[in-house]
Amino acid sequence: MTRYFTEDHEWIEVDGASATVGITDYAQSQLGDIVFAEVPATDATLKKGGDAAVVESVKAASDVYAPVSGTVIEGNDALEGDPSLVNSDPEGEGWFFKITLSDTSELDSLMDAAAYKAFVDGL
Amino acid sequence: MRQPASVAATLERTDMSEEDEFELEPIEILELPLDAWHREKGARIVEFAGYHMPIQYEGIMAEHIWTRENAGLFDVSHMGQLMLTGDGAAEALEAMVPGDISALKEGKMRYSLLLDEDGGVLDDMMITAVPMGLYVVVNGAVKWDDMGYLREHLPDEITINHMDDRALLALQGPKAVDALKRVVPGVDALYFMEAGSFFWGPKTDPEPLWISRSGYTGEDGFEISVPAAHAKALADQICAQPEVKPIGLGARDSLRLEAGLPLYGHDMNPEFDPVEASAAFAVSKRRRAEGGFFGSDRILNALANGPARKLVGLSVEGKLPVREGAPVFAGDTQVGVITSGGFAPSVGAPIAMGYIDAGHNAIGSTLEAEVRGKRVSVTVSSLPFVPHHYHRKGAHT
Repeated sequence: MTRYFTEDHEWIEVDGASATVGITDYAQSQLGDIVFAEVPATDATLKKGGDAAVVESVKAASDVYAPVSGTVIEGNDALEGDPSLVNSDPEGEGWFFKITLSDTSELDSLMDAAAYKAFVDGL
Repeated sequence: MRQPASVAATLERTDMSEEDEFELEPIEILELPLDAWHREKGARIVEFAGYHMPIQYEGIMAEHIWTRENAGLFDVSHMGQLMLTGDGAAEALEAMVPGDISALKEGKMRYSLLLDEDGGVLDDMMITAVPMGLYVVVNGAVKWDDMGYLREHLPDEITINHMDDRALLALQGPKAVDALKRVVPGVDALYFMEAGSFFWGPKTDPEPLWISRSGYTGEDGFEISVPAAHAKALADQICAQPEVKPIGLGARDSLRLEAGLPLYGHDMNPEFDPVEASAAFAVSKRRRAEGGFFGSDRILNALANGPARKLVGLSVEGKLPVREGAPVFAGDTQVGVITSGGFAPSVGAPIAMGYIDAGHNAIGSTLEAEVRGKRVSVTVSSLPFVPHHYHRKGAHT
């Protein structure tokens, strides 16, 4: 399994033709206390860079974009009951949705962990 | 209404200037006396009211709860501290504020509103009668406009001194009195909305501080005007008390929203008069009888006949925060708009305030707010959302 990152602070862990998506630890630490998360419906069609989910901190609402195009396998229903999972385990239990990739070549434009770390260090 | 931005855009947004619609774009973002102190304490800094200000230290939720249970120190030095001096200052000011300012006794303070010539609200403010004249604290985002407006409308013999050489700290929370009386003996003698001068520091070289028992969180607490040169030493000493942590603007906003206190530029603006803004209490009895202030015809008419729309509290069903700008509907008809909203840490649910048309704004009315195309059930509720805990004279608590 390989994990990629976007400049919008999403992570995507790819396992064959499917993948899990969430926001990074850096993103949650900067957003602060997460009080609401809205995940996409199963079978929703997402386009790379399009709106996929919404995350709301005490202060503001932010869009989570789809890092790649594809079809939603499932959203993380646990976030509805406990949105703070995004704070406590952003790159694990706090995932947002799983997706079937429609074009794996879209992954080529994403960053690997080292490149994302360098990107964040430069912010 | 602000649509959600990307996570990256939210993180890059170091300014909160959409909150300051009435402010011109500042040429330069200014630093407050405690700027370095906030950074040392680990604050995240944003732009607010033309200044770099701390939005949070350890997190808005934790800071909010800490303030409700202990005591939080807020730097509100961006606010304008004005001294009006000269014979007849109170009577002259009454032309543009609806409160009974001339009856204000020395050491007593009052919440009031600066009115435009049509009775719209230009700012809300705290006015204290002091030996020199009137000490007036106005909102940071509009302080320059306020000063210009006051200068234009006050007679020349009234002097306006902008005390920009002073910082303003607010210590808020049920344990604020325990902490502050150790640092500044005697402050516990003040009751809510009273103020006085207190000595602080070594007996050989004490510094006078102007301290009031007031604040904007709904909790007991104090506001302390201190010369900028001494602000750091005072903040250090207050924060050394075990009850006290520094608290950022984020928690200040959620605390005041739970307390049902309006935020100027959001819940109040020149479009609305004091009655619409649910601040009719700021129109004093004598002023209602006599009139003679800016917009008094409009305001007295609204008092007599009820306002066409009114600022109310709204409890929100479910967990989705309803934020500023969201339209509010009764069926298919828009009957209002949200002016402040968010998650309320002490309530454990989203809450909001907004202007709702007459006929739909009675307590208990059920309406729907629209968030990202979805309808969310909201109910007009009494304010505050969290009871006030002021140290009132004559109260038993």
